[in-house]
Amino acid sequence: MGKEILKLRNIHKYFPGVKALQDVDFTLREGEIHALMGENGAGKSTLIKVLTGVYAKDKGTITLEDKEVSIKSPQDAQHAGISTVYQEITLCPNLSVAENMYIGRSDKAFLNWKSMNEGADKILENLKIPAKATMQLANCSIAIQQMVAIARAVDMDCKVLILDEPTSSLDEQEVAKLFNLMRDLKSRGVGIIFVTHFLDQVYEVCDRITVLRDGKLVGEYEIADLPRVKLVSKMLGKELDDMEDIKGETKPYEGSIMKEAPVFEAEGLYSDAGISPFDFHIGKGEVNGFTGLLGSGRSECVRAIFGADKILGGTVKKNGKQVKITKPIDAMKAGIGYIPEDRKVDGIIGDLSVRENIILALQVMKGFFKPFTKAQANEFAEEYIKLLGIKTASADTPIKSLSGGNQQKCIVARWLLTHPEYLILDEPTRGIDVGTKVDIQKLVLKLAGEGMSITFISSETDEMLRTCSRLIVMRDRKVVGELNGDELTQTMIMNTIAGGESSEK
Amino acid sequence: MKNKGISAIFRNQIFIPLAALLLLAVFNLVADPEFFKITLGYNAAGNPVLSGYLMTILDYGSELAILAVGMTFVTAASGGQDISVGAAIAIAGSVILRVLCGRDSRPETLRTSFLVAFLVACVVAALFGAFNGLLVSVFKIQPMVATLILFTAGRSVAAWINNNELPIISDPRFAYYGGFIPGIPVPTPFFIAIAVVIVTFLLLKFTNLGLYIQAVGINQKSSRLNGLNPTAIKFLAFVLLGLCVAVAGLIKVSRLSTINYSVIAKDIEMDAILAVALGGNALGGGKFNMTASILGAYVIQFLTTTLYKFNVQSDALPAYKAIVVILLVVFSAPTVREWFKNVWKKIVPAKTAKEVA
Amino acid sequence: MKKKILGALLSVSLVASMLVGCGGSAPANDPAPAAQTEEKAEEPAAETAEVAEEPAASGELIKVGIINNDPNESGYRTANDKDLKATFCEANGYDASFAYSLKNDEQIAAAQKFVQDGVDYLLLSAADTAGWDSVLKDAQAEGIKVILFDRTIDADPSLYEASIVSDMNKEGDTAVSWLASQNLDEYNVIHIQGVMGSAAQQGRSGALDKKVEAEANWNIVTQQTAEWNAEKAEQIVTSVINAGDKFNVIYAENDDMAKGAVAALDKANISHGVGKDVIVMGFDCNKWALEELLAQNWNYDGQCNPFQSSYIDAIIKDLEAGKTPAEKTVIMDEKGFDAATITQEDVNNYGI
Repeated sequence: MGKEILKLRNIHKYFPGVKALQDVDFTLREGEIHALMGENGAGKSTLIKVLTGVYAKDKGTITLEDKEVSIKSPQDAQHAGISTVYQEITLCPNLSVAENMYIGRSDKAFLNWKSMNEGADKILENLKIPAKATMQLANCSIAIQQMVAIARAVDMDCKVLILDEPTSSLDEQEVAKLFNLMRDLKSRGVGIIFVTHFLDQVYEVCDRITVLRDGKLVGEYEIADLPRVKLVSKMLGKELDDMEDIKGETKPYEGSIMKEAPVFEAEGLYSDAGISPFDFHIGKGEVNGFTGLLGSGRSECVRAIFGADKILGGTVKKNGKQVKITKPIDAMKAGIGYIPEDRKVDGIIGDLSVRENIILALQVMKGFFKPFTKAQANEFAEEYIKLLGIKTASADTPIKSLSGGNQQKCIVARWLLTHPEYLILDEPTRGIDVGTKVDIQKLVLKLAGEGMSITFISSETDEMLRTCSRLIVMRDRKVVGELNGDELTQTMIMNTIAGGESSEK
Repeated sequence: MKNKGISAIFRNQIFIPLAALLLLAVFNLVADPEFFKITLGYNAAGNPVLSGYLMTILDYGSELAILAVGMTFVTAASGGQDISVGAAIAIAGSVILRVLCGRDSRPETLRTSFLVAFLVACVVAALFGAFNGLLVSVFKIQPMVATLILFTAGRSVAAWINNNELPIISDPRFAYYGGFIPGIPVPTPFFIAIAVVIVTFLLLKFTNLGLYIQAVGINQKSSRLNGLNPTAIKFLAFVLLGLCVAVAGLIKVSRLSTINYSVIAKDIEMDAILAVALGGNALGGGKFNMTASILGAYVIQFLTTTLYKFNVQSDALPAYKAIVVILLVVFSAPTVREWFKNVWKKIVPAKTAKEVA
Repeated sequence: MKKKILGALLSVSLVASMLVGCGGSAPANDPAPAAQTEEKAEEPAAETAEVAEEPAASGELIKVGIINNDPNESGYRTANDKDLKATFCEANGYDASFAYSLKNDEQIAAAQKFVQDGVDYLLLSAADTAGWDSVLKDAQAEGIKVILFDRTIDADPSLYEASIVSDMNKEGDTAVSWLASQNLDEYNVIHIQGVMGSAAQQGRSGALDKKVEAEANWNIVTQQTAEWNAEKAEQIVTSVINAGDKFNVIYAENDDMAKGAVAALDKANISHGVGKDVIVMGFDCNKWALEELLAQNWNYDGQCNPFQSSYIDAIIKDLEAGKTPAEKTVIMDEKGFDAATITQEDVNNYGI
């Protein structure tokens, strides 16, 4: 085991109303690849940002090679030898590889281009990166660009390299190349912090795992000591014992699934969002869900059902009849509603009023030449504002000035207004207050009771367990299992998510 | 409640062009009240005409208002502006003359009726609008860059349509559109603008054009997930601007019954964009207020006419318009608005307290 | 990818705009050059006959490269281009290539291309006066003879054989002395200028400015640039009328602006023309403008002669015959037309 090069102790970070990090310790050793794991909101990115000087920590110490350091800006971090490569490539695509490697690093006004190119080529060769210094970065594949970013970081004499979701836009071969590079760097004594959602990748390349949850340290583990299922349980915060208890609980939902042709059925459906073809069906009055870790492809699946991404293949049937869904309006006309995962980007139309946001989908279905009268629109808006208890000054208020929970209720209202046969809710409860969460869950069950088919996705497993009668489990953008009836337990879910080691208990 | 009313006026978009209009009106009133004098006279053909600075504003502001309508749609939907409007007017005007005159640049009799010529110009202008729309919506090129193509080539195309001839129409009826209809002392462009505005408001009332354009302009991704087709809507906005261009082109060629390809409607796109901005509409797209844009157009002509009245060198006009742009940018900056709001709050509390009491 | 499409489109549009510039006046069956042909027959009659014999005499065509401003720039330029096209055609023994641009650097590039192509003569109406030395030296080294027309350049006169130009100052002087000869008690002039700084504007403004300064009874009511634009001129004159200022002369530096000014007068029912309240003066001798003179609606139109081709043709003939041109700088004859004396023949001959 190498010596400890980076030690974070008692790190605290507060945001208004949120304790983002509480008393977190983190230790990185020389020549190791250390996975930093946790669900969204666990504090991973906050910790990285504290470490790289993007955020100032409120309490705690950072020790680099036995010296306490104060990191106030990303420049400080770089000078101290801490480099970061982000998921989104932050290089300049219109410059050459060498320029990208050297840009912003010299205080001198003039550069020696020749020596710069030579130096860059040497590093690239050294790291076995198949790129030339003079190539324009935009002409390189994403993986190569990623590697150039790493080369830039490594060349800046870094001791600590942080890779924040570097693999999310790479294919398998590219990932393999990247891992080779990481192993190479490791053998040179660089300590690497690896942030990813892909469990397989963690087990393929990492030596050690630190798990965070709700801004607190769960623990640091040798990879050999932490089988997948345990990792998942640590991340989700359910100890194995707790989960056994839940098993005994009765599910509040008693479905009324009719055994007729499924309301919606998909076969071999896949889109350009990188999911493997999957089969899917849902019956009348059924509530099912996609589960899996973030980035497992659960959102991409429902987006494919709704036609939100470009559909590359597969057949879709509605009430037994084949329909063609290539864009959202097709799905809407087929009676499907979709409440997207990212409310701000895909859901609300910020500057428009609550009323306009509520009627939008129905209005679009009704047609360009048939606008609702102001009275009709108001009637709809008022009805749903009352029905869902949306807290807004008036129907004229721009939706962006509402709280997250109320915005979400407006989006729910928008789709309820279209009276869909089949409604998809992707993370409808994320980032909203507990009261609204419960409201939405109750609503889902009530609607299902009235015969609506619903697909419900949530990062919170207990929410899924409370509402869904069937779960489709996903890992690494593939459907890896389906759980029914008695199988619907935290343990089973985690085992299926973890995969491979389901016998482990 | 009253206080809310006042601050609502401040928040309302139309406040900006109204304030500008008021400012200009007060300035003129103080400087020279003659500015507002309107006299009824007779023109050379013996028809009654109203004249005076205000009539000039109504006359020339109208074509700008027509363009501002189209420019507002394009701005709201695409988040960018069409800079090829002037060149497109040259094309539309050239088409009208070509259809009316045929190959003969000094025709004794016109080939066809004005209506046919105008409709052909509408089709052609809409096609050029569609070309811009295609580049912006399908090829996702920034509007200013995409329309740079027509901006560069348009006037040559206009000249080519008429074989580089400068046709002149001697029929006095053709001059009605940009001048006066016998017996009606108000400039015709004003009536044409009213017609365009009525059609626009009918369109906004009886279709979902406004809702769709705003939704796409504000959040394209989410609009798509609500079943809208952002590509088609942006495309449509450019075609609508094309139709407005055809109308403005008719007025322009009618004014002098001829055309000059290189100078007709020169730099008018900048005034049209300025009208949209002066209307308080975000040039980055999204929500729009059509009334404010139209008012903005007349305010700009008000400014131009005022400057002419005070004998400001006409090649210095752009500099004054630049000042307006600077003021607009400054006053629409969130920090400045915040500052004003605070100042307003400091002044107002005393008053509100009294009102409440 | 996007960028490439855009780049391609932009360059296509640029090429198109250049082609259109040529194409616009290219067709041989164009009805318009009739006026010029007539004009040529009128003025240098002897020479036209000579030209007609030319092709028979020598089988070889004389290769000329002509660099001009965009014909769409103005009626003047359109007429100028037509005139050149009519003269430098195969029937007259020429193999002519044309290049158009309003930008100096593009013109220089075109000149370089012509030099490479090995033309016999390079005819040049430069967009800007500077920057021509090196390309003209190249031409000289290749034995290519250069003739300037319409505009001069800042280069050593040894680099070109001749230059054929209009004297804008003279145009202004002619117009102003005509106006002075009207013997009005008082001259209250609305002066509508062209694009500020252009040679035509400077020449035409200069003469009037001098006169106004010299004479006590000459006043400028307003002096504004309408940038050759009829509508701006209309707005300027309307503004003066609305202000109630008195004026009795409109001195517009081109016909378009005079037309705009007249439109404003008509709206306000102010009479203009021969024996009326306001004297209207224009420049360039557009055909329609001369017709206004003939109809007594305007009073004066100054010529800016765009028909240099016959002069150039004569010089080339001289050079081919081994003679050097008599004068290095040829100033073209330019007339001023008075509505009182203009005839239909003048309109046909001099209208562009």
